[in-house]
Amino acid sequence: MARLIAQRLFNSIISIALVSVVLFLIFEISPETVAADALGQYSTREQRDLWLAANGYNEPMLVRFLDWVRRCVTGEFGKSRLYNAPVSTVLWSRVGASAILAGAFFAVLVPLSLSLGVIAGMREGSGLDRGISLLSILTTSIPPFASAVLLTAVFVFGLGMLPGTSSMVDGFRWKEIVLPVAVLLLYDFGYLTRITRASMADVMQTAYIRTAVLKGLPNWWIILRHALRNALIPPFTVIMLQINWLIGGVVVVEFFFAYKGFGSLILEASLSHDLFLLQACTAVSVLIAVGTQTIADIGYGLLNPRIRVAR
Amino acid sequence: MTDTTGMRNPTFWSLLAESPILVAGASILAFWLLVAIFAPFIAPFGPNENLVPMALPGDRTPGGRTMWLGADHLGRDVLSRIIYGGRTVLTYAPLATLCAYTVGVTLGLVAGYKGKWVDELLSRFADLVLAFPVIVLYIVIIQKFGASGVNILIAVTLASSPGIMRLVRGVVLDLRTRAYVSAAQMRGESTLYILFVEILPNARGPLIVDACLRLGYVTITIGTLGFLGLGLPPPTPDWGGMINESRHFALVFPHMAIFPCIAVSSLVLAFNLIADGLRELSLAD
Amino acid sequence: MSPPLLQLDNLSVSYRTRRGAVPAVVGVSLDLAKGESVGLVGESGCGKSTIAFAIMRWLAGRGEIVGGRVLFDGRDMAEMSRAELRQVRGKRVAMVFQEAMSALNPCLTIGSQLTEVLRFHEDIVGPAATKRSLDMLSEVRIPDPERVFRAYPHEISGGQQQRVVIAMALLANPALLLLDEPTTGLDVTVEASVVKLIADISRRFGTSLLYISHNLALISRVCERIAVMYAGEIVEAGPVRQILDHPVHPYTRGLISCLPEAGADKIARPLMPIPGQIPAPWERAPGCFFQPRCTYAVAGLCDSAHPPLVDLGTGSSVRCIRAGEIEGEPIIAVPGQQLAAADGVAVAVERLSKDYTLTPPGLRGLLPFAEPLRIKANDGLTFEAETGRTLAIVGESGCGKSTFARILTGLERATGGSVEVGGTNLARLSVIDRSREQLRSLQMVFQNPDETLNPSYRVGKQIARVAKRLLTLGRKDRATRVRELFAEIRLPAGIADRKPRHLSGGQKQRIAIARAFVGRPDIVIADEPVSALDVSVRAAVTQLLMEIQRTHGTTLILISHDLALVRYVADTVVVMYLGQVMEAGTTTQVFSAPHHPYTEALLAAQPRLDGNQEPVAPVEGETPSPLEPPVGCPFHTRCPRKVGTICETTRPPEQVTAEGHRMACHIPMAELARVQEKVLA
Repeated sequence: MARLIAQRLFNSIISIALVSVVLFLIFEISPETVAADALGQYSTREQRDLWLAANGYNEPMLVRFLDWVRRCVTGEFGKSRLYNAPVSTVLWSRVGASAILAGAFFAVLVPLSLSLGVIAGMREGSGLDRGISLLSILTTSIPPFASAVLLTAVFVFGLGMLPGTSSMVDGFRWKEIVLPVAVLLLYDFGYLTRITRASMADVMQTAYIRTAVLKGLPNWWIILRHALRNALIPPFTVIMLQINWLIGGVVVVEFFFAYKGFGSLILEASLSHDLFLLQACTAVSVLIAVGTQTIADIGYGLLNPRIRVAR
Repeated sequence: MTDTTGMRNPTFWSLLAESPILVAGASILAFWLLVAIFAPFIAPFGPNENLVPMALPGDRTPGGRTMWLGADHLGRDVLSRIIYGGRTVLTYAPLATLCAYTVGVTLGLVAGYKGKWVDELLSRFADLVLAFPVIVLYIVIIQKFGASGVNILIAVTLASSPGIMRLVRGVVLDLRTRAYVSAAQMRGESTLYILFVEILPNARGPLIVDACLRLGYVTITIGTLGFLGLGLPPPTPDWGGMINESRHFALVFPHMAIFPCIAVSSLVLAFNLIADGLRELSLAD
Repeated sequence: MSPPLLQLDNLSVSYRTRRGAVPAVVGVSLDLAKGESVGLVGESGCGKSTIAFAIMRWLAGRGEIVGGRVLFDGRDMAEMSRAELRQVRGKRVAMVFQEAMSALNPCLTIGSQLTEVLRFHEDIVGPAATKRSLDMLSEVRIPDPERVFRAYPHEISGGQQQRVVIAMALLANPALLLLDEPTTGLDVTVEASVVKLIADISRRFGTSLLYISHNLALISRVCERIAVMYAGEIVEAGPVRQILDHPVHPYTRGLISCLPEAGADKIARPLMPIPGQIPAPWERAPGCFFQPRCTYAVAGLCDSAHPPLVDLGTGSSVRCIRAGEIEGEPIIAVPGQQLAAADGVAVAVERLSKDYTLTPPGLRGLLPFAEPLRIKANDGLTFEAETGRTLAIVGESGCGKSTFARILTGLERATGGSVEVGGTNLARLSVIDRSREQLRSLQMVFQNPDETLNPSYRVGKQIARVAKRLLTLGRKDRATRVRELFAEIRLPAGIADRKPRHLSGGQKQRIAIARAFVGRPDIVIADEPVSALDVSVRAAVTQLLMEIQRTHGTTLILISHDLALVRYVADTVVVMYLGQVMEAGTTTQVFSAPHHPYTEALLAAQPRLDGNQEPVAPVEGETPSPLEPPVGCPFHTRCPRKVGTICETTRPPEQVTAEGHRMACHIPMAELARVQEKVLA
């Protein structure tokens, strides 16, 4: 087990190191672009040269790379042109806002999908199973931007029950978070449900469940003790990896509902060519993605006694 | 069950009986394919023709022709734009998936069959790309290189091929130990022959299912990019872009956004249903 | 007389499939008294496992009892409520499955899987349950019960897993034990000890047994009565000796005569294959189901009416219209073949070694330059294969026999030593570096019929491809060659247009043999070519292989774990254990004393049909991990003839007789001959 953890941590460090090289190459390879992005497109040639000299861009590549890594590690990402403030002051509050969204999302998603999936998988081929499966396919087929429009049309335009934007101008209100979470859920719950169902159905077919039945154990014991633990291993991995996908959904949802979170920030940074802000956002998102992947890998090893340390 | 009687010719009706899901998906897809191919004959107006701004569904043009789904803020007929938009998405989604598959399958075959340092290198590269949240990858690429059809193809290929590579690699790792591969080596077949003639055809099951799912996903991606304003530059008729342009009016004129939403959802649904149906059929065999 | 414990009364079971209802079991009646052990023999698809599941009333949703009853203790199982059923399952009737690994839950410890039986059937929990479980683990002779109790299934060996499943079944002291192929996948020596355990247990606990297997010889070691099944019905049933010594039904006779008999060889008594293949349930013939394959069948009689099961008055009953007429008829004897004269050496193996390296487990393995673990898959092999004759390489799993095949064919490269074929050393010549002539002259038949042919292409095309590559034939000549080969393997030419999934296992293996012989190779290596086939098909495929070899004067290297088969087929034999040669010589030399103690153990473990019914466990324990091979003699950890510390410290010298019989043992061969002959006498 110690080996597995060490290996996964080592792998993720390598990944992050490689990613940082790639990011550096993408963002910082040509200082002229950096200066233009930092000072705006109407800055003069002299202004840009002065800025480059002042910010150490005339140093050799390697020195600049190490300095860039240092800034990423310490969180000094520079100044956001869009917000005219240090990137870190903007960034962390936005990440926090998105974390609330993600938290609410997982709080509903996990119990909902796991229970639906387990119920469907327990009785494979039953009417209930077919119903849940079909519902899952249907909802997964509606892209988040479409469901945002459709839900808004129904609940805001049609019924007037919920607010159409979630900008939280008057402070945090639960009502404003309902639609964004609903959109994310609608798109995602089907996927997790189907994974859980397939996993549960597979487990119910196994020889060891047959053994348990033929040992004369009661049904509740077979499900709780023999089936669930095995059946929940794949969904667990999927839940952790879901965070990578979730970032995509979050960008769409925050953009649509004008929610001031991390997803809308990264989009704003990109559309307004705010380079330092975009760098910071990318770094944070990669860190989240690699971190959850590592947790998923290690957790998989913990849940499954047959840890195989292949690759 | 082994079928010793020989070939089984699937007819439409036997397929419908065995997998209604597959037939439903294929029918929706066929509908959109026909619409896309015959767009100029079906669409009542040109995709960029300015008629009556903000016209409601069923309103008439000054010339007395009905705009069945209304018009958008620039007075363009929503139905016609959806029909032409179908052309856009049914060009880019399969093309992008094909590019991603060409790259992913080739890399996966090589990584799985060659193993050792080749595999190590390619898998590292895949890990690297997969470390980026997909949407961030798109945003960064489009931000650096600009929004255009070709860049969308590049972005989708870069983002999807590592996943395909992993899938193919896994299948190849399984298949390459089969005796028929050893037998092929023992009659002196080249590596290329073994990869593409002996191994690839036997990996087709999971690959076809994955390709259908991925088509749906790429459709969503192209829509999302359009919706975020990172897609094909206007005035190209594009479902995601239509929703983006009309979302400010969504509270007052929801028809401008709702119909493209239904269009894109139905197309994704078609791909997902086909994938599910094919999987069901392959399991039943 | 008390009523039978279990009574199958005209039981019929069908499976619902896309073809409609497929009958798996047709009108089976069988009684099992308290304490009695009955064997159910049959080949794949004959419905024997379905019977076990029908008894447990567990038919996985698609199966259905369509007729008849299962009476347990006089009660109809079909009428029991769910709660009653739960009380019968596990407590009164327990089941032992094939493939113990998959029958155990991978995520729970062995201990918790054992104690839960007591918890629900005996109301025993806590330390008392632990105690009972540990005792039971000792009963099934697991050497270290405490460790196994805490272990997960993947942490113990296959033999121990099967013992755990048996312990689990016995915990609630059931009246009836159903055993479904309990030793499939185990090595012969381990199989022998598990079978012995089962026999001991039924005697000591007074448990009734229903033992299901395709292996007639294994069943005869445990059971008092046998029922032979074919195509879903019982064709012959009776006391074990009656059936084995005086089989009446042509199928039973065929089953017995197609088994290589211990003590016989290919010259004295050739194999008698049953022609044809087992029909699928929807292809069963009119009249008698066996009639299309039966040598005694009479047209107009056997194919008109379905024969009933008739009591013969000898304690046996048989389902054959002609039973009375054919009873005394001898099994037709075929004249034996002359041994081919050897002329020269085709393959000379000299001190051949193959090491695999592994990164060590644990954190240590992550360090750069960590000393890699070495597995010596082949460790200094030396032997020769004579031209035109058959060399058999014998050994249990992990002995390195398949590694040798991969080196010879160039799929792997050796680490040291040489393999001389036609004056060239092939040991380090990878398959991609071999010339077309080298490839043509050496071909292989693989083990698993399902993997040997590419599922995507018609089989004729696959054979034609070999003709194109190895013989560089034109299109027309290729087609001719394919036709020739199909005639040679006795398959209708129409089969060439089929894909592998439309063929039976035996047909696939015939095609695989044809593929190996396309280029008229000088040497063919066959890795367990028939072990995955049904018993009645095995003999025919073996015979075909021998015949083609004889016609072409090919040198055959046969890899097998089945000593009886080897004795039939081989001219010379090499016995391997943990990558080393233990014994080598002509078939007669290896099969008669003196034997190497390992060969002796293998021979003793071989299930046989003749007289001695007492199951023996020749050696306890299992093959050590090749990661940590024993120092000294590799066999010393299990050797019953170990002489002392010298076996643990010094690698035994190789003794060679004047006739060329070699073995590696510290005991002088004369001494071995003396003690072994005493045992036999």
